[in-house]
Amino acid sequence: MDPLHLTQQMNRRFFLRNAAGGLGAAALGLYGMTVPNRADAALPGAAAFPNHKPKAKRVIYLFQSGAPSQIELFDYKPSLEKIHMTELPAEIRMGQRLTGMTASQTTFPVVASKFKFAQHGQSGAWMGELLPHTAGIVDDLCIVRTMYTEAINHDPAITFCQTGSQLAGRPSMGAWVAYGLGSSNDDLPTFMVMISRGSGRAADQPLYDRLWGSGVLPGRYQGVKLRSGEEPVLYLANPGGCSPTTRRSMLDQIRALNQEKHEAVGDPEILTRIDQYELAFRMQTAVPELTDISDEPKHILDMYGPDVHRPGTFARNCLLARRMAERDVRFVQLYHMGWDHHDNLPDHLSKQCYDTDQASAALVTDLKQRGLLEDTLVVWGGEFGRTVYSQGKVTDVTYGRDHHPRCFSLWLAGGGIKAGQVYGTTDDFSYNIVENPVHVNDLNATMLHCLGINHRQLSVPYQGLNLRLTGVEEHDPIPGLLA
Amino acid sequence: MIFRIPPRCAQLILAGIGCLTPLAVQAAEPQAIDFTRQIQPILADRCYQCHGPDSQQRKAELRLDVEDSALAKAIVPGKPEESEMLKRILSTDPEEQMPPAEARRKPFTVEEVELLRTWIAAGAPWAQHWAFETPAAPALPAVSHPEWPRDGLDHFVLARIEAEALSPAKPASRETLIRRLSLDLTGLPPTPEEIDTFLADTAPDAYARLVDRILASPHYGENMARIWLDGARYADTNGFQNDFNRQMWPWRDWVIQAFNNNMPFDRFTVEQIAGDLLPDATDAQRIGSGFNRNNRSNTEGGSIEDEWRVENIIDRVESTSAVFLGLTMGCARCHDHKYDPISQKEFYRFFAIFNSTEDKGFYEETRGNAGPIVTIATPETTARLAEFDEALKDARRSLRKQRAELDKQLMVWEDPAPAPPAPDSDLRLPLRGHLRASATAGYAAQIQSPVRYAAATGPVFQEGLTGPALHLDGTAESHADLGPAIDFEKDRPFTISFWVRPETSGAIFSRMDDARQFRGVDALLGDDGSLVVRLVHAWPENALKVIAEKGLRMGTWSHVCIAYDGSAKAQGVQIFIGGAAAPLKTETDALAGSIHAEAPVLLGRLSESAFFKGAVADFQYFSRVLDAPQIRSIRDTALDATYGAGVPEDKKESLEAFLEAERTNQLTSEIAAVKKIEDERNEYAAKEVPTVMVMKELPEPRPTYRLLRGLYDAPDTTETLSPGVPAFLPPLPEGAPANRLGLAQWLVDPANPLVARVAVNRFWLQFFGKGLVKAPDNFGTQSDPPSHPELLDYLATEFIAMGWDMKAFQKRIVMSATYQQDSAVSTVLAERDPENDLYARGPRFRMAAESIRDNALAVSGLLARRIGGPSVKPYQPDKLWEELAGGAGEGPYVQSKGEDLYRRSLYTYRKRTVPHPTLSTFDAPSWEICRVLRARTNTPLQALALLNDVTYVEASRKLAERMLSEAPGDAMERVRYGFRLVTGRYPNETEWQILSTGLQDHLRTYANDPEAAAMFAAQGEAPADTKLDPVELPAYMAIAGVILNLDEAITIE
Repeated sequence: MDPLHLTQQMNRRFFLRNAAGGLGAAALGLYGMTVPNRADAALPGAAAFPNHKPKAKRVIYLFQSGAPSQIELFDYKPSLEKIHMTELPAEIRMGQRLTGMTASQTTFPVVASKFKFAQHGQSGAWMGELLPHTAGIVDDLCIVRTMYTEAINHDPAITFCQTGSQLAGRPSMGAWVAYGLGSSNDDLPTFMVMISRGSGRAADQPLYDRLWGSGVLPGRYQGVKLRSGEEPVLYLANPGGCSPTTRRSMLDQIRALNQEKHEAVGDPEILTRIDQYELAFRMQTAVPELTDISDEPKHILDMYGPDVHRPGTFARNCLLARRMAERDVRFVQLYHMGWDHHDNLPDHLSKQCYDTDQASAALVTDLKQRGLLEDTLVVWGGEFGRTVYSQGKVTDVTYGRDHHPRCFSLWLAGGGIKAGQVYGTTDDFSYNIVENPVHVNDLNATMLHCLGINHRQLSVPYQGLNLRLTGVEEHDPIPGLLA
Repeated sequence: MIFRIPPRCAQLILAGIGCLTPLAVQAAEPQAIDFTRQIQPILADRCYQCHGPDSQQRKAELRLDVEDSALAKAIVPGKPEESEMLKRILSTDPEEQMPPAEARRKPFTVEEVELLRTWIAAGAPWAQHWAFETPAAPALPAVSHPEWPRDGLDHFVLARIEAEALSPAKPASRETLIRRLSLDLTGLPPTPEEIDTFLADTAPDAYARLVDRILASPHYGENMARIWLDGARYADTNGFQNDFNRQMWPWRDWVIQAFNNNMPFDRFTVEQIAGDLLPDATDAQRIGSGFNRNNRSNTEGGSIEDEWRVENIIDRVESTSAVFLGLTMGCARCHDHKYDPISQKEFYRFFAIFNSTEDKGFYEETRGNAGPIVTIATPETTARLAEFDEALKDARRSLRKQRAELDKQLMVWEDPAPAPPAPDSDLRLPLRGHLRASATAGYAAQIQSPVRYAAATGPVFQEGLTGPALHLDGTAESHADLGPAIDFEKDRPFTISFWVRPETSGAIFSRMDDARQFRGVDALLGDDGSLVVRLVHAWPENALKVIAEKGLRMGTWSHVCIAYDGSAKAQGVQIFIGGAAAPLKTETDALAGSIHAEAPVLLGRLSESAFFKGAVADFQYFSRVLDAPQIRSIRDTALDATYGAGVPEDKKESLEAFLEAERTNQLTSEIAAVKKIEDERNEYAAKEVPTVMVMKELPEPRPTYRLLRGLYDAPDTTETLSPGVPAFLPPLPEGAPANRLGLAQWLVDPANPLVARVAVNRFWLQFFGKGLVKAPDNFGTQSDPPSHPELLDYLATEFIAMGWDMKAFQKRIVMSATYQQDSAVSTVLAERDPENDLYARGPRFRMAAESIRDNALAVSGLLARRIGGPSVKPYQPDKLWEELAGGAGEGPYVQSKGEDLYRRSLYTYRKRTVPHPTLSTFDAPSWEICRVLRARTNTPLQALALLNDVTYVEASRKLAERMLSEAPGDAMERVRYGFRLVTGRYPNETEWQILSTGLQDHLRTYANDPEAAAMFAAQGEAPADTKLDPVELPAYMAIAGVILNLDEAITIE
């Protein structure tokens, strides 16, 4: 038996033994983030929220890193076929800035989607053929076609989505939510992060710790990364040769000595530390229970697709996200890499969709059948869109698309969201927004609204300002997205 | 009108809005209201949004941040009920009420309204925001217990404590003091010997001498640098996207040395802001200016130069203003500052000071340092580089000599004697402007003259090196077809000669059937200029293939001869380029059948593929093997005939290129010798001779404009802004240039109200765990007022008066009675002053992330104490970088070995996008942007790290080894020794009992489980002491682990 399992068994016995009083009871309800310690007492965040009755208790954010093309997946533009390979009209481009990768191109030929679209569900939403499973749940979704952002390169754009600022240093959305709402699970982190590599592009874009960092908030609010290897959380397993019995014995001595110290010097921080050691001990049980999927029946596993059997895949992470939702983990952030399709888009995009389509739809369906979708907000999308004109050479079989911040698509589902609708209209080129624009910070404000948080009040004093996730510009929840 | 409160009142006044502590409630009734600390923060928060410095947002032309405007329009001094401001605040009419709902500000509280009323009633005394006035040295307040203070600063602390009817704590024990002092000043704990020496030293000045000794430790500079690097956002990678390595550690070492050498803070400031601009700046001074090259730098492909140059400069403005001025100037990037009197225009004038350096905003996919740089030389590296340079000189001299001799042979046209006559060929296609062939009798029948040329355009001839040449354009049709002119066979010798100037790869000549397994002969040029000759019966199994790897150059003429002796062996083939035999590589040597092809002899392609683009001239076939001199004479005769009478001006360039190609081919070993030394030198320099990025001014500064909404592509070009500082602060000192040097001089001018206050506040934070001003980067109108305003001004003025001497200043803090108090939290204080705002006890707080690890390494004896050098990579869980790296980045984390596993955490490699996990867990920043305050959290992840990270498990093993091998006698002595190593004191009886019982438990466990015992004792890479008992070691290790995990072990008491 591996050390974690041993620990887990041992710990469970310990808790049963101690349930009647003493240590176990003292530790209950005190997982790090629920109760601010002395250092945070001055921060207004904790306990001030929710401001209104929340529709969603938790978030699962399926972030598609690299920027999926809206033109092949969500934003159906049949008229492009007629003008395929003609020059993008200047009045559409309007001299907007381009990345350094296509700024020097002499022509900007429009390329139509190589993939077909069809209408689905009661809502009749158009979906690209690469997302057959997503098409099957379209009535549970709110597809937003008019997202826009301010950044044009990956690093600042992803940082913008996740922290509301293009530059490093701001708290991530999960950290804000953990700070505002605290935990609803005593044994697991409030904000958990999982990463999967795409099969669509070998040299995909990197990610950065700051995307789930706590920025100017205390470090306790940063996301805890769940890893696919032997040790799902860093330093979770006891070292070799340190049995659960020995570990418990050591913890007893640490506790007794810390209590002795507290009696001598009276610093309440020592009591907090005692609690944290006991909570760490409990995490050693709770995390392996979370990641052990042996109790999942076959029909559920089949729903998520064959990848679910491989740890570290998007499908496995979706299943784990559902298990986290069941355990009331407040904010679950997935990243799937590999959507940056400057060239060879048809091939790469197909593979990325294969990675994600079935499991994303399964997650929504699975949450729904368990009654969890009504208070779980699910988001699926990337950091910007892709250009209607091709980057590089267009052949019969392939083409590429550059970064396009002026419009992109994503979908929302679950608690607080008005499902079964397509929101917003772009022009015939999927280049400019015609109606109902949704800024990244509007989206973030909308998500906070679903959680019962007024985004203007979720702030932290920083450098003389009240720093907010949604920035200083005027951005607000979008009523049209809300149920 | 300046309203200053008398010192005595200051102690009685509330600490300020927003930081009311329980103790404040019990404080005496305030006798006067302090405008800057009590009124202005309210106005700033509720009113300045529309009635503040921001001219764009201003409503009703009313400013409440300016006395004249406020008194003219909204406030009647002495008459609250007549003051429009108060009326509007108290109004219940939504049309009238302030702040209006749409401003979305919090309404005023009853207490706030009362404060405003009282203030107006008292005449609405106005004052500049406290931090914007140059501090004046305050008089020491009177205290009831004058025997307590040991330094002037103690008077301020004690006066406040006495005003609260409290008393200071007793002095800390000497054991506690030496540990506190060591950890605060060096980040490392005292050794038992150091503790014993201090305890035995009963002289009155023992403590003062201890302070001096610790301040002189080289580890002092490391600890001070550790703190400074957060504000300086120092790291080892560029921080964006692929996050490549950079080399700024020489700057980090400069900081360590500056602290160790006790560089005065004014010089320290000037050299970091503008070291490069000092007259006759030394390399060290230029390195200092690297402070502002520590910002992240973007390398993500497709980024826009202007955008990121602007971001870099804004980062420099923000970091410089936060670290030195305690101002949040970044707020004025997009619009006038909402709260502080900084207009957007002033922001960009400040920006202009930095908008004139050479470095760029965007370095596409660039690894390593980007200029301007300084190279760091030592005597050894200088000597070694000189050796390389000497060797290089020799090799180059030898190359030149060989080349001169070779040129004598190659430049036959300069020799007046005619070249020896060339041998006669059997078939010749001169291609000198026509396609006619000549042939000896045996071959004339097989060739049709002129030969066929298929392309509809007809043959194109162009001027070649030795007369006209046929140009083939790389299409299938563009080739010469000689029909069955030459019948190659494996046992028939031949020599082929031609001139060629290739433009692409392809077949220069062939007689080969693609469709019949490539039977025949060809000469194929590769993309890299390599020339392949194949004799094929059936490709690839029955064939012969040789390659001249150093072959031809695209765009340059060469003379080529291929000679074959009919042996059917690879060694029977020779290729001559420029008349010299080229070294050949044999790839296939298995020719055993006929090479007769049905396809015609073709110039420019195979039968169906390999279309060649380039020019060809004078194709000749010999039905025999020519020897080297004969082959040489073909080349020489042609050149002599063309250039014997002189080289026309327009030919010089192509002839020189031709010669250079021949030389390169024929001097390979000499050229390789030079290159080898160059490579070695470069490798050595990259590894051993570091560089560091520094600031450098452009000859002409860039014009600076206000950027509308802060956008890089929206400059307001109607007005060019000159460099300058905000008007609410003093102007640049007289005679100071309006550039970075002037800015630096302005910062350290005693008239500057902020720099000294900000600096001393940071020192206070270092020793007391929090600043007198809580946010050390915000001294603006929105800041928390200082807990001890007069003390802050006292310290600031003293610091300047002491000549900005950092060590002397810190010595005064640690010599103070305030610092030396015991840190136990009494019941009274726990209730009255839980945050220790009064300093009625000593500081007690958790160590910084780096110190926690350094302390564990030090007490276990693992710590490698070497100072400085490149950053190192200690233990880190596998694959952390790879998980996030995507397809790029720097590659995997390659863990250091040996001593570098145990260097101080200051030297741990700082990868900004994936910081070391335990540093982050203990609240270290990612160093992406300037940060001058770290949180101090207390989380279960910290517990997991200390319990399970191999760093700490290994430290517990080494600590156990020390307990077992260094402590004399029994278990009691051993455990006491280990406890003292970690905490600096011996355990009391209760503690000893807990540890002893635990030890017995662990001894039993490991006696019963030898396998677990061996496994536990095998943690970490440090060699084990094999003499130790295999049960005792793991049992003591468990106890050592307990001690290292104690709250006290990671706390400065």
